Amino acid sequence: MTDLSNSVSIRDLSLSFGAVTVLQNLDLDIKDGEFLVLLGSSGCGKSTLLNCIAGLLEPTDGQIFIKDRNVTWEEPKDRGIGMVFQSYALYPQMTVEKNLSFGLKVAGMPKDEIAKRIARAAGILQIEPLLQRKPAALSGGQRQRVAIGRALVRDVDVFLFDEPLSNLDAKLRSELRVEIKRLHQSLKNTMIYVTHDQIEALTLADRIAIMKSGVIQQLDDPITIYNRPKNKFVAGFIGSPSMNFLTGELAEEGGRPVFKTNGTSFSLAGYEATEPLTPGRKVVLGVRPEHIKVDGDLSGEEAHDAIVDIEEPMGADNLIWLKLAGHTISVRIGGARRYKVGAKVRLGFDMTMASLFDAGTEERI
Amino acid sequence: MANVSTLNATGAAIDAVRTEIAAGPRGKKPKKVLSGRNVMIYGILGLAALYYLLPLYVMVVTSLKGMPEVRLGNIFSPPMEITFEPWVKAWAEACTGLNCDGLSRGFWNSVRILVPSVIVSIAVASVSGYALANWRFKGSELFFSVLIIGAFIPYQVMIYPLVIILREIGIYGSLTGLVIVHTIFGMPILTLLFRNYFAGLPEELFKAARIDGAGFWQIYGRIMLPMSLPIFVVAIIIQVTGIWNDFLFGVVFTRPDTYPMTVQLNNIVNSVQGVKEYNVNMAATLLTGAVPLIVYFVSGRLFVRGIAAGAVKG
Repeated sequence: MTDLSNSVSIRDLSLSFGAVTVLQNLDLDIKDGEFLVLLGSSGCGKSTLLNCIAGLLEPTDGQIFIKDRNVTWEEPKDRGIGMVFQSYALYPQMTVEKNLSFGLKVAGMPKDEIAKRIARAAGILQIEPLLQRKPAALSGGQRQRVAIGRALVRDVDVFLFDEPLSNLDAKLRSELRVEIKRLHQSLKNTMIYVTHDQIEALTLADRIAIMKSGVIQQLDDPITIYNRPKNKFVAGFIGSPSMNFLTGELAEEGGRPVFKTNGTSFSLAGYEATEPLTPGRKVVLGVRPEHIKVDGDLSGEEAHDAIVDIEEPMGADNLIWLKLAGHTISVRIGGARRYKVGAKVRLGFDMTMASLFDAGTEERI
Repeated sequence: MANVSTLNATGAAIDAVRTEIAAGPRGKKPKKVLSGRNVMIYGILGLAALYYLLPLYVMVVTSLKGMPEVRLGNIFSPPMEITFEPWVKAWAEACTGLNCDGLSRGFWNSVRILVPSVIVSIAVASVSGYALANWRFKGSELFFSVLIIGAFIPYQVMIYPLVIILREIGIYGSLTGLVIVHTIFGMPILTLLFRNYFAGLPEELFKAARIDGAGFWQIYGRIMLPMSLPIFVVAIIIQVTGIWNDFLFGVVFTRPDTYPMTVQLNNIVNSVQGVKEYNVNMAATLLTGAVPLIVYFVSGRLFVRGIAAGAVKG
């Protein structure tokens, strides 16, 4: 049976539509009060997984437990979940108040209890002045707040969010993101949140599950995901601008392991390997743009010469693209530091923050 | 300064250029009213309109003439003496078979056929369209395909079996039988219409309603129905005009007492005994055609909107 501290447990879940397999023997445990983000590009099965948890899709195989109750065959309404959709899915012909009360009325709840719950949800989300309006008269942010309210009044154990912010403009998105985080901190409910936006995932999540073709690639807290990606896919998916990848092989120079690419060697001193660094092994070195030191930042470690190819000033940061040993590498430096195209730069990798992947399996070593 | 005058001269030159620019083309480009294109378009449209309106004009003027005037044969000339006698006769006195109470009997028969047929067929088709769009069940696609194939089979093929079936059930010749027949034959096109419309509504609304705990009928009645007024208007128009104009089922599945208006009109116009009363025939035809015509005029705009809405997704 499942561990008592788990709010949602998924056991061996598979789902296929005809010949297309969307989810494959998926296992996932979500702790009570945890904020879990399912992250992946479109078509990776993250929304399908959420719909399975909600009971809107029937799995081909496997089990789903919510609060230690096997809900695999239960109707969505009996699972103790509330769901917020990307397109808000507010009933257009009903006022905000009716939208919030619809589910409660269907469940046959007494009127005074309904009023009490609506008042509470409206208070939390600050939508009291909107209660008598129809959805068409609301802005995108207000609509999404009402949609969250609809999940809130149901007083459920688990909140499911299906890309709730994707239809909003950038400014509203970051505002509502903070609000969702605040909501989680005050309600302490379990929340499962599907998104393709890595910023949302990194800022909101207690743990992130990165998915690809129906399989969870890595399930960890945001910092671990960012700094210790389990494989090359996770490393490339997370981070913007994305990680630099250099293909090469392992070697030994003076009894110390080095990474060799196109004749240039980089010392691997400081890298915490999980496997022995056997010379001759074909590998991919991944370094994030902010983990590369340039000129003045260097403090006596190994450094190499590179030529500035392109400069992309982004305000707070300045992204420079450098040519090094046949590779083009992006480096993030302070916004005030500017370089001319063609200038010569000294750079060194921070190997404590780098990642090495096997060239064949693409797993971290 | 020494070159103030030169500056002034340049200034004047610039001003001159400015006025020239200002006088150039600006805003909407003027269009000629009597261009060759316009003449062609309006000419052809006018001719087409005339072609269709002329028979209607002949019908209206003939129905307002007395028989002596009709016999003169000037079908295009307006009536010299307007009389509503033919209209009264067509409505209340014309004889078909043994009944001599005019088209009024057929009119009320048609109403009695129309109202339940429209209500039942739309109710059944909207629910099946909703089920096919939102509650996919095993074989629902096959079921839908079979239903659509039904729309392509000529009605005439099925008349004889239907007559026998209705006879065996014991409702042949009654209005109930005809209502059932109209409902069945309205199903393919109406179900297609409703299925496509419901499939076009956001799927997430349906999901949200399911999470809210609403069942099949609650989602249909409280979420889907209030959002589908346009498609209901389209369905009503299609069914009202279709059933009102129906002749074949009317003549096959009813008795002379319960003949719909179209069948009665045919019997009045095609009677071979006595004088051909063209004015009465014209009035009777106009009366019969009035209902669909009024429906189109009243709801034309809603109709177009609904058709467009229903056609978006397949």
